[in-house]
Amino acid sequence: MEALFQQFFNVSIMTRALPLVLTGLWQTLLLCLVVIPLGLVGGLLVALTSLAPSRAVRWTAAAAIDFFRAIPPLVLLMFVYAGLPFAGIRLSPLAAVAIAFLLNNSSYYGEIYRAGIESVGRGQWDAARSTGLKAHQALAYVVLPQALRNVLPDLISNTVEVVKLTSLASVVALPELLYSADMARSITFNTSPVVLAAAIYLVMLWPIVRLVSRLERRLAS
Amino acid sequence: MDAWSRFLDTFFKWELIERYFPAILDGMAVTIEIAAAVVVTGILLGLVLAILRTFRIRPLSALIVIFADMLRALPPLVLVLIVFFGLPNVGIYLPSFAVLWIVLAGVLAAFAEEIFWAGILSIPKGQWEAARSTGIGFITTLTHIVLPQAVRLTVAPLTNRTLAITKNTALGMVIGVSEILGQATTGQSFAGNATPLTMGAIAYVILFIPVVVLGRWLETRFRWRRA
Repeated sequence: MEALFQQFFNVSIMTRALPLVLTGLWQTLLLCLVVIPLGLVGGLLVALTSLAPSRAVRWTAAAAIDFFRAIPPLVLLMFVYAGLPFAGIRLSPLAAVAIAFLLNNSSYYGEIYRAGIESVGRGQWDAARSTGLKAHQALAYVVLPQALRNVLPDLISNTVEVVKLTSLASVVALPELLYSADMARSITFNTSPVVLAAAIYLVMLWPIVRLVSRLERRLAS
Repeated sequence: MDAWSRFLDTFFKWELIERYFPAILDGMAVTIEIAAAVVVTGILLGLVLAILRTFRIRPLSALIVIFADMLRALPPLVLVLIVFFGLPNVGIYLPSFAVLWIVLAGVLAAFAEEIFWAGILSIPKGQWEAARSTGIGFITTLTHIVLPQAVRLTVAPLTNRTLAITKNTALGMVIGVSEILGQATTGQSFAGNATPLTMGAIAYVILFIPVVVLGRWLETRFRWRRA
């Protein structure tokens, strides 16, 4: 039991690792500020494409979405970071993460937006257009606000997934939370720094996970 | 050399495809084995936990909620690293594929528990009361009346969630499991060419596209409707 505590909850090692881990946390937050907006905007474009009037466009969008949902994000990241240099395209870890996650997250966010837009009755759209609103106005003022409300829990829970996904950036040596914690682990030969990182992830994400469970229950009832 | 043949030479070099084909196939077998183990144990454990919650024993339910919340909030890679590097230091030695399996099964169990529990809660109380008042026992009510209806509602979200978690078998690369991505990155660094990575990506698409399409079909079948 003593050994277990020494290995996983060693306070003195955690205290020493804290400054390094906190710089990692800062990087993780910055990374979130890049990948979450990219995913949200990319996803909206994907959703609108997958609802286009042209059947060919719709099917192409669906195929692209399914393709990127079938590939694990880490595979995409390795391909962009380690594969593209062979074609002469050398990217920084941040750029590689941003591109790989944009492809992955847009597909997931896109499917959520689409479900939301489809949940708003066609009559809403027709009514908005018939009052003289332009297509983009009908979308922005009538359809999207209702659509977003309907899929809010899914949007939030996908965002939790995106934050968790940023930990993959450690594999391409972007010095975010998990990377710094793991560096501290390899210096100290002790797992406590990674447990500290886990605790930080929990503090950030647990409240949101609870919130989503609540929202889902309320929407279901 | 023109651009097209340079592209082929970088991502689809034929002699490398031939050389690494067996390795990628081995990787696919490993991925399938771990994925199958994760899906079966994860979903079963999730179902058991959701059923345990129906007994409404407070301390037990609280423990289950804490387990499910923690494993839903933590990035799987964090858990993989803690288990993989931490356990040997306290004298527990697990092969890396077992680490991957245990962690992913735990994560899937957490999500599956929440999905099953939401399904069970969505069954109106009247169903329970009607069954119990006809003299059917608690367990039989659960297994013959509530669960069959609840599970139906959970099929689509569970499929999508299972897929998302099973794809994390690629994390095995980080701890040296020779699944598809592990084989592909090893091949890529030996060959000095991106072709093995392309093959790995294609292997994942072949494995997972059927599940993605199934999930899409299930979603349209059980589409969320506004009342």
